[in-house]
Amino acid sequence: MSRALTFHIFRHTPGNPDSVPHLQDYSLEEAPGMTLFIALNRIREEQDPSLAFDFVCRAGVCGSCAMVINGLPGLACRTLTASLPPEITLLPLPVFELIGDLSVNTGKWMRAMSERLETWVHLQGEPDLDAVEAPMDPDLADEIYELDRCIECGCCIAACGTAQMREDFVGAVGLNKIARFRLDPRDRRTEPDYYRVIGDDAGVFGCMSLLGCHDVCPKGLSLQTQIAYLRRAMVRQGLTGPTRCL
Amino acid sequence: MKIFYTDVLVIGGGLAGLRTAVGVRRRGLDTLILSLVPPKRSHSVAAQGGMQASLANGVKSLGDNEEVHFQDTVRGSDWGCDQVVARLFTHMAPKAVRELAAWGVPWSRERQGERQAFINGEAVSFQVPSQAHGLIAARDFGGTKKWRTCYTSDGTGHAMLFAVSDQAIAAAIPVHERQEALALIHDGDRCQGAVVRDLVTGELRAYLARATVMATGGFGRIWGVSTNAIINEGIGQAIALETGVARLANLEAVQFHPTAIVPAGILVTEGCRGDGGLLRDVDGHRFMPDYEPEKKELASRDVVSRRMAEHMRKGKGVKGPFGDHLWLDISVLGRAHIEKNLREVKEICQYFLGIDPAVDFIPVRPTQHYSMGGIRTDHRGQSPWLQGLFACGEVACWDLHGFNRLGGNSVAETVVAGMLVGEYVADFCASPGGQIQISTGLARDFLRREQAHLDHLLAGPGQEDAIAIRQAMERVMTDRVGLFRKGPDLEAAVTELRELLVRARRLGVRNPHPGANPELVLAYRLPRMLKVALGAALGALARTESRGAHYREDYPGRNDRDWLKRTLLHWPEGSDLPVLEYEPLEVRAMELPPGFRGYGARDIRDHPDTAHRQAEVDALRGVGGEGDMSITQVDGVPSLQERLMPFHHLLPARYQGPNTRSSAPVNV
Repeated sequence: MSRALTFHIFRHTPGNPDSVPHLQDYSLEEAPGMTLFIALNRIREEQDPSLAFDFVCRAGVCGSCAMVINGLPGLACRTLTASLPPEITLLPLPVFELIGDLSVNTGKWMRAMSERLETWVHLQGEPDLDAVEAPMDPDLADEIYELDRCIECGCCIAACGTAQMREDFVGAVGLNKIARFRLDPRDRRTEPDYYRVIGDDAGVFGCMSLLGCHDVCPKGLSLQTQIAYLRRAMVRQGLTGPTRCL
Repeated sequence: MKIFYTDVLVIGGGLAGLRTAVGVRRRGLDTLILSLVPPKRSHSVAAQGGMQASLANGVKSLGDNEEVHFQDTVRGSDWGCDQVVARLFTHMAPKAVRELAAWGVPWSRERQGERQAFINGEAVSFQVPSQAHGLIAARDFGGTKKWRTCYTSDGTGHAMLFAVSDQAIAAAIPVHERQEALALIHDGDRCQGAVVRDLVTGELRAYLARATVMATGGFGRIWGVSTNAIINEGIGQAIALETGVARLANLEAVQFHPTAIVPAGILVTEGCRGDGGLLRDVDGHRFMPDYEPEKKELASRDVVSRRMAEHMRKGKGVKGPFGDHLWLDISVLGRAHIEKNLREVKEICQYFLGIDPAVDFIPVRPTQHYSMGGIRTDHRGQSPWLQGLFACGEVACWDLHGFNRLGGNSVAETVVAGMLVGEYVADFCASPGGQIQISTGLARDFLRREQAHLDHLLAGPGQEDAIAIRQAMERVMTDRVGLFRKGPDLEAAVTELRELLVRARRLGVRNPHPGANPELVLAYRLPRMLKVALGAALGALARTESRGAHYREDYPGRNDRDWLKRTLLHWPEGSDLPVLEYEPLEVRAMELPPGFRGYGARDIRDHPDTAHRQAEVDALRGVGGEGDMSITQVDGVPSLQERLMPFHHLLPARYQGPNTRSSAPVNV
């Protein structure tokens, strides 16, 4: 016997002057294996062609479809309705600019964060593409990949206390990236360089250790550990480095 | 009218587009990227198993080089590819992997000492020598002679896309996100840019550029079930077609991947089988060795997919609520291997199927996966019919893949094509042809045309339901233009798609909001998708042979005599149907003359030039087939490569150097 599901979905299009934010209800009969990707598309195809949401890969790897699902940020595409009660409330991620309904502008936010933290390998010079690559310890490669798995979905920002209060907070996504580049011997930056970009309240010292980020990360990244170690390293740098602030 | 000016307009923010932009920026040109989504959300991210490059670091890769990779690629294509492009590609692939390594991709690395592996259903072990320790590792993939597929666990596309996207940010290349190109601006001879719709505000703007590079990916979403991301709807191919002059090629060459999960159609990587996973039927029997005793599960993708479908037709499929399927068994690899090297697969199984692949079999069946065809270009990525229009990556057909692409060659192609086309585009901009007389009047005309079309959709009297027509198109493609094809089915498909296209000109849009409006988006995309669908169906109907992934049950043999040629498609303005033309593949210029791929029984009608060319090649190579395969002349004497099929002179100067390999000795 399939369940009757009731969706309470946030509706608002900021670009439309007549739009007023509200929750709209939709009813849908649950089907076997139904995900929120399937459910939302069925609602759009059968009930309301104006409903806006974002999916791209629908396989849990691209990070487009993060939304607040019954109070918790998560990836809608891989959330089975069977894992939820029959009343399902869907809200767009907070903090990010709202585009319409469940669609938010994570891309703009992530690009700004990347520019600020310089989230790329700072090369030691032009690589020689004809030569055998520099060896890397296989365990180190695995450790870097572990942190490289972030998909920039924005769940950690939506679950972050500091991000609700400080527009300029780089969040767990940004701090994890710095942790990733600190591990990577190909990045020629050193501790003072990292301190310059995250050694303040908009960076690692803004974290209040509520760690909602760690709880909701769809990729299960070790955000708690990364932030703790990074904070310790940056305290050490702040106390002893050339930009000492005490 | 808002106009943006740049030197090089790149449409598409996946790996191919990003790498092209990084290259042209390094050459001192101004560039910007348009993308439907934030670049890191592009479909490139979904490449799991890895990219092929003949580094030859590991024990199972020793002896690999550009030539072996080239031969695998040509055989894989069923001799349908452009062999010069395949040579350029295999020369570049090691450079691409090494560049990505320098940019931070955490490639999985070789580890010295005893290595356990699972090969052909059996556990084996071998020694990795200390010289290989820390070098980039490679896994086995289908249709390859060596272990050649470099990987980061099974998140290769993700790691590559993030590294290249971050390099684009480092180069301060602007990406205009949530922008969709609706039309190419051109005067019949010269492309000048594009009319672009802002998907948030609905505003149309013109982007004018000296060169326009299409990098918008494949068209898998015209089928009902596809492994493709939902944004891969073929709009890039369609707007090139709508110029009336640019040609598309080989739209009938469509790959069905053997292992997408049922029913969601999400891919699980070929790396599952490369690492030793097995295909089983309803009885738990491993059936691939019955059909392909040599390559078994690691035959070319087209072959494995057909054998699976054949086996299900014999009643050996597993019945399920969503139709028949087979099993992929990776439990044989053990939990430790799965949790390290196949972790995305594990997550997909856990979230979408509720199973643990270390214990349970995975339900799979062949599913639409890749478009070998696309916007026809030369080896530089340029359209021969519309100057200033370039294309690279899956949207393009410079013709690396012919009629079947090898696993691991597409994500490799994205970056290699980006590296090469970036240089060629920059060369073009430096040439007299790269100068342009900008016409804002022409831009205005195109923009007005598109605006009028959108206004008509929003206010017009159309009553047809876009969702119903889309579903009908998906059914036609799935039922009639699938893995197995027959003349009558294809004729019916053409008829039905033509009817749908007529109906799609009268679509109704209920939501009148001009900005973010998914209903409007579907309404303007659907006729374009139908044009691409029609092109694929027409090409498949006309091609009365079987080659690679294009399999005609009524013409099961490969016919080189009549069909060793590329389908070209263009759509003259005002015409009801596209026009098919053909471009021959020159046997007399091939380094590897047409032969037998070695799957099933030999069923080939030879090309009249094949025997002659084979004799020429044999004579040049000498009796043993060995020779100096240096890519360029040695001491003023042309090398064997130059006499067989020269390509070195086509490479950009910065990429002409030979690839170095570690000399790790064989120590098995």
